[in-house]
Amino acid sequence: MHHTTIDRWSRGRSAIHRLDARAKILSLLIVLIAVGTAPTAGIWRTGAGFGALAVASAGLARLPVLGVFTRSLAVLPFSLTFAVIVYLTGDAVRAFALLIKSYISASFVLLLVGTTPLPHLMRGFERLGFPAMLVLVIQYLYRYLFVISTEAQRMRTAAISRGLQRAGFQVAAGAVATLFARSYHRAEGIHRAMVARGFERHIPILAAERLTPADGLLVLLTLSIAVIIRIGAVR
Amino acid sequence: MKPLIQARQLRYRYPDGTLALDAVDFDLFPGETVALFGANGSGKTTFVLHLNGLLKGEGSLLVCGKPVVRENLAEVRRKIGIVFQDPDEQLFMPTVLEDVAFGPRNSGLGPEEAEQRALAAMKKVAMSDARDKAPYHLSAGEKRRAAIAGVLAMDPEILVLDEPTTFLDPPGQRELVQLLRALPQAKLIVTHDVAFARAVATRAVFFLHGTVAGSGPVDAIIQQFQWDIQLGPA
Repeated sequence: MHHTTIDRWSRGRSAIHRLDARAKILSLLIVLIAVGTAPTAGIWRTGAGFGALAVASAGLARLPVLGVFTRSLAVLPFSLTFAVIVYLTGDAVRAFALLIKSYISASFVLLLVGTTPLPHLMRGFERLGFPAMLVLVIQYLYRYLFVISTEAQRMRTAAISRGLQRAGFQVAAGAVATLFARSYHRAEGIHRAMVARGFERHIPILAAERLTPADGLLVLLTLSIAVIIRIGAVR
Repeated sequence: MKPLIQARQLRYRYPDGTLALDAVDFDLFPGETVALFGANGSGKTTFVLHLNGLLKGEGSLLVCGKPVVRENLAEVRRKIGIVFQDPDEQLFMPTVLEDVAFGPRNSGLGPEEAEQRALAAMKKVAMSDARDKAPYHLSAGEKRRAAIAGVLAMDPEILVLDEPTTFLDPPGQRELVQLLRALPQAKLIVTHDVAFARAVATRAVFFLHGTVAGSGPVDAIIQQFQWDIQLGPA
């Protein structure tokens, strides 16, 4: 059995957790657009404003605030690369803005996935008109990620038990090839099980959850706050 | 009584030339639970894959009186529920409820009716509490029961289980025996587990080199083919 931290967070019971995935996705989109298009001038104030919003949201969702912000650091290796390039061109403020924007955006993405179980999130995307095939691929990726990583772990244990000390390139390449072959075999098995239960082309979904006034309120509130922060930042 | 499954001279050769089924004659009657024994590679799983048209061999095969041909596949797959060996391959939807409702939805039921059907099936296997759980949060026994619920939700007339005791601890196996005894469908169970077969099966069939080498009471077949460990205490 596996429980990643974020998976555990997503199964919490706060008011934010109970909101419909679609409302949360739309709110995230609003924040991402507001952060992404914020002018470099006044980036401090924009950053502080949205940072405060993220802290407040994490608090409301009863997520560990520190945990959310340390995990959001994962985005930095990517954005840092670009920030360094921008910095080398002599635009230090823009480089800094790039870091702030990516970091704030990552923490809001984390807030979304930390308050919405993945199945609900995927259904939300699907209902908002995302291509069903893409949603299906993500859903299966998540479903079998743990299965495949457990398999990899088992292979590692078996290799160590037979005296492997340091995996060289050849061993690692062989292991990856075996893992690929097994995953392929598993994919065939899954398809067989799907066909056996009448699968033809489409993954059926169950009845849609209803949107409540609270969901509308979330989107409206996010929009208002985003506009206020943006106006406040340029003054 | 008309058999629910009737195979006559069923023959199948894998693309690499291996003869996997060699003139299989087999019947499954209503109310029966048949244990399918045989060595690894004797053709048991290949035979199972024929039952709902996943593989197509020569000879004749009727399921509930219908030939297993392309035009009948949708109907045949509703009538015969196959529970595969690895529940991780069977449970592919994000939550247990959605997974169990997968079959009913495919058979054309509306979302609400499918959900009702799924909930009823989950109740039968004592998995009602797990409706919103993700499959990777389940224990091996729960996974097996959820997989069985997914098949029961299609309201099949025949249940086929491939090595159902794999990964199950003794309490899990006991639960499975009780569950299978309570289900009214005719069952075909592929298994190496002799004790399990004794506990659930009314008849045993032995596969040898792709053909049926024997059929009869479970104990008689076990004895005839020496299909037990048969060694004294260590």
